[in-house]
Amino acid sequence: MLITELKSKDTILSLLTGKVFIINCHGCKEVWFPEEDANALQKELPNVTGILTTDYICNPEHLKLRLSKHEAAINEADMILVFSCGVGVQTVAGFFPEKKVCAACDTYALPGFQGVTPLEYDCKQCGECYLNLTGGICPLTACSKGLVNGQCGGAKNGKCEVDPNMECGWERIQRRLAQIGRLDALKCPVQVRNYATDAEVSKK
Amino acid sequence: MRITELFDNGEFVVTAEVGPPKGINVDHVVEEAKEYLSGITAVNVTDNQSSVMRMGSLPACIALKNAGLTPILQLTCRDRNRIALQSELLGAAMLGIDNILCLTGDHTKMGDHPGAKPVFDLDSVSLLHTVCQLEKGMDLSGNPLVGEAPKFAKGAVVSPCSDSVDAQLAKMERKVMAGAEYFQTQAVFDSEKFISFMEKAKQFGKPVQLGVIIPKSAGMAKFMNNNVAGVHVPQHMIDALAADKERAKAGITGVEIAAQIIKECRPYCQGVHIMALGWEAKVPELLKLAGI
Repeated sequence: MLITELKSKDTILSLLTGKVFIINCHGCKEVWFPEEDANALQKELPNVTGILTTDYICNPEHLKLRLSKHEAAINEADMILVFSCGVGVQTVAGFFPEKKVCAACDTYALPGFQGVTPLEYDCKQCGECYLNLTGGICPLTACSKGLVNGQCGGAKNGKCEVDPNMECGWERIQRRLAQIGRLDALKCPVQVRNYATDAEVSKK
Repeated sequence: MRITELFDNGEFVVTAEVGPPKGINVDHVVEEAKEYLSGITAVNVTDNQSSVMRMGSLPACIALKNAGLTPILQLTCRDRNRIALQSELLGAAMLGIDNILCLTGDHTKMGDHPGAKPVFDLDSVSLLHTVCQLEKGMDLSGNPLVGEAPKFAKGAVVSPCSDSVDAQLAKMERKVMAGAEYFQTQAVFDSEKFISFMEKAKQFGKPVQLGVIIPKSAGMAKFMNNNVAGVHVPQHMIDALAADKERAKAGITGVEIAAQIIKECRPYCQGVHIMALGWEAKVPELLKLAGI
């Protein structure tokens, strides 16, 4: 089971730039989603071009179909704000390599079945989602060391020192941030992870 | 002595590095360092380099210090969490070690205990930030330290010839922001790449020491090209090493190559860091040939 918890209203407001398209994932049965709180908050957000509320946005084929019905509203928006677990945010970001995609939730783990997720995106359920600092690519799962402050010196020809078949997560992040004009995200304050909320540590 | 004082005085700072033994006897390491490295400013002591288990960096630093050398404590985030790292730093300060180099560290899978748990609770950036906290008299959680706060010359590394130089520069900037005061680089074999890197890196206003490896053979050069991140030995150097195997084996070719790189890069950096990899005996000759 997972819990998606809304980030604070101040944090969400600080993410907004221009017009916003909203995606809600009412998910799989394994995720608890704060539906009422999310709806109440979305009513207060300015410049919303449209809202897509659906389930299983982690399924790219399914998501593609849903997105196609909102093309105009998405094109009009400067960014997409996603209310889902970390996998959902990454799947959406994968569809829009040139648009700012932000996570409105943090994802926590609960014991039990973790749902079905695509292989290319994974959420570590760390409870302090980093996707807004990294262009929608998770540094915890895309980097073999789970680094949150940038690339180590171990990448060779774009590949990770641990696995020559694995692309360096931080090179992907760097490219994505350059693509969406958000390299300034790399100037954020020093990040120190809070393992008290991490799935590995908090799971009993 | 903190090596930052020398950078501040405009000196060209020369350092080298040694690895502690896989055992309890450091006599050989200390003797070699005394014989070949006593003329240089300071000596890095690696921290389980390449994730291969050895004696810790701190006790080996103390052995070098007792022999009259200035050690630089290398500290990686691979094997210790934030509690152990801070504890180690306090211990180092108590023992008079005031030069450190903060690294993330190679992954455990790279070494001789591939089944070990990789820690990476902190990374090079958050470790530098943690050191600054300690220097302010508090720990990473904000709890006050008792008595005098430690003070270190805080070093970090950067890889100028990496194929993702933008990501390296971004990381370098984060390290500066987190408190890095000087940088040592991965080994450079391409002066032009280094010089163009320095053009971009000089905006950070921190001293950078050129990283140098003396290439021992064409085979070693090819191995580094295939396996060592951020290192690329150009073909003409490999050819020079292959042309006369005896000369290469005696270290003559390698020392010439390394000296040439130092000469070409010297106007653009503030020091040189020599990773001798067992060829400590060649260091005095290299420095002489490079005109240092």
